[in-house]
Amino acid sequence: MSVVELHDVTKVYEGHVEALRGVDLTVERGELVAIVGPSGSGKSTMLHMIGTLDLPTTGTVRVAEYDIAELSDRELSALRARHLGFVFQQFHLAPGVSALDNVADGLLYSGIGLRARRELAASALERVGLGHRLGHRPNQLSGGEQQRVAVARAVAGDPPLLLADEPTGNLDSASGAEVLTVLGGLHAAGTTIAIITHDAEIAAWCHRQVRLRDGRIVADLTRAAGPERVAGPERAAGPEQVAGFGQGAPE
Amino acid sequence: MTRNRLTPARLGFADVLRVGAAGLSTRPTRVILSALGIAIGIATMIAVIGISASSREQLLRQLDRLGTNLLTVSAGQTMFGKEAELPTGAVAMVERIGPVRTAGATGAITATVRRTRYIPEEVTGGIAVQAATTGLLATLEGGVTKGAWLNAATERQPVVVLGAKAAETLGISRTGVRVWMGGRWFTVVGILTPMPLAPEIERSALVGFPAGAELLGFDGHPSTIYERSTEESVEGVRGVLPRTVNPENPEEVNVSRPSDALAARAAAAGAFTNLLLGLGAVALLVGGVGVANTMVISVLERRSEIGLRRSLGATRGQVRVQFLAESLLLSVLGGVVGAVLGALATTGYALSRGWPAVVPPWALGGAIAATLVIGTIAGLYPAMRAARLSPTVALTTT
Repeated sequence: MSVVELHDVTKVYEGHVEALRGVDLTVERGELVAIVGPSGSGKSTMLHMIGTLDLPTTGTVRVAEYDIAELSDRELSALRARHLGFVFQQFHLAPGVSALDNVADGLLYSGIGLRARRELAASALERVGLGHRLGHRPNQLSGGEQQRVAVARAVAGDPPLLLADEPTGNLDSASGAEVLTVLGGLHAAGTTIAIITHDAEIAAWCHRQVRLRDGRIVADLTRAAGPERVAGPERAAGPEQVAGFGQGAPE
Repeated sequence: MTRNRLTPARLGFADVLRVGAAGLSTRPTRVILSALGIAIGIATMIAVIGISASSREQLLRQLDRLGTNLLTVSAGQTMFGKEAELPTGAVAMVERIGPVRTAGATGAITATVRRTRYIPEEVTGGIAVQAATTGLLATLEGGVTKGAWLNAATERQPVVVLGAKAAETLGISRTGVRVWMGGRWFTVVGILTPMPLAPEIERSALVGFPAGAELLGFDGHPSTIYERSTEESVEGVRGVLPRTVNPENPEEVNVSRPSDALAARAAAAGAFTNLLLGLGAVALLVGGVGVANTMVISVLERRSEIGLRRSLGATRGQVRVQFLAESLLLSVLGGVVGAVLGALATTGYALSRGWPAVVPPWALGGAIAATLVIGTIAGLYPAMRAARLSPTVALTTT
């Protein structure tokens, strides 16, 4: 069962900048995919396509079996609310608002009552290991913790697909490893995750790597074993272990 | 997976308020400053309306206390432009009209009143000497501050009752003093209270009808008749008065209602100063522009928040509603603060003047309605801009 299907997708900006030049990609349920490439390779455009934030110039994009070109803006919004979770490089947490309410606000557009939103938020924060920081505001949290709050916000509604755009880009390596551990744990628990990154180490950590260059997929590698073997919650991988795993992964 | 239709969840009213309030609570200084403009405008308008309503209420209460059932009858002019006079039996005729409760009269006397005979006759101090019937004081619902009113005995004696202003002019504050009138001494037996409905009585020195006729050459013709009837029959009595008083020449009789002047003043006070009201409206307009400006800046600053909300599943409409709610909350906050300030200003001013403080509820309701309209207009353009922002553009600008 595929979560995302891209068929011959192209994206041309302002008539001449070709960001994507015919991309085919299918992400199956339960996968942990890295979309990797240098800057200007079309990664961000890929994120926008998969995340239904923008429409392709030609080709079809299917998310959760919906052809996004056929959907209205309202329907796309509903699709994002129910089927997609986003994690951004800059966290995008509301300042002065507790971690719990930041996560609960992520469910604002899914039609859940305030009390239920807070309950789901608390359990999501529990899942990312921040059950003890519910009342902390973003400025009282470390960078890694802030990004974990953002991850909790993205997964609080249990979306079938989690999209992470450079989730460790603003973090030092220890905090980055912390966030990856959380993502690994979520993947182990069944969430489909796509990570957009330029970091080869993170890409290698994922069991599937889609390499982009100049708007084309140049490689699509799948490793036999997933990262949950090492980074899964049962092993409670520390930062060093995750980092070590990244280095040791086959290239 | 079956293809069911995707419909975005509705944002509840409480959630809209929460989202709008959250946007404001992170920028308190800016909120206070931009709400202040609205508050000043609303406060000005409420104070202008409130102060004129208070002044009107003050006059209406006075009117209520004095009653509107007093009519006065006075002699007009004959067909040939001469001064007419009322018949001598007119007071008795008026008293016989069914709904009339009490009647009294004064008659002009040409004498003057002075403290001593050595004061020149021309120095009258504007005080008129008049004959008065014993029923006059009851009809005017007046009283005495000192002494007593004329009665069946004293109306024949050389005694005088002074109106409040007359007593003040003569420098008399107690009874028993003598004054020089018409070539002989009269003893002051009473001083009257102020009478807002009959200011001419305040400036009079009053003697009895018989005493006036005997000692001061009074001809017995009343010049003004005062009459009080039941409140409902005032108009009816007014209609029959000229013919009752002077059956031969009813056109020579003038009837007037002293309370009408007071009612006219009350009506004038109720019509509030348009200039000041306009000033408040300008302040309100400037306040609205301030709110619009704040909202435009807010939308520019919060592009990434808008992008995030779009990625979380907010529709364009929900983003628009969020910024509209914020603008509405901002201006209603200003409106409520302004209404409170305006009511306080009204109360303070009314208290300092000894008036009852009145802030009409329609003015308060109108103020809140006005801020709702301003908030909507000021927020519409920024909210549309926020909603039009494409999610990718919003997310990539940091």
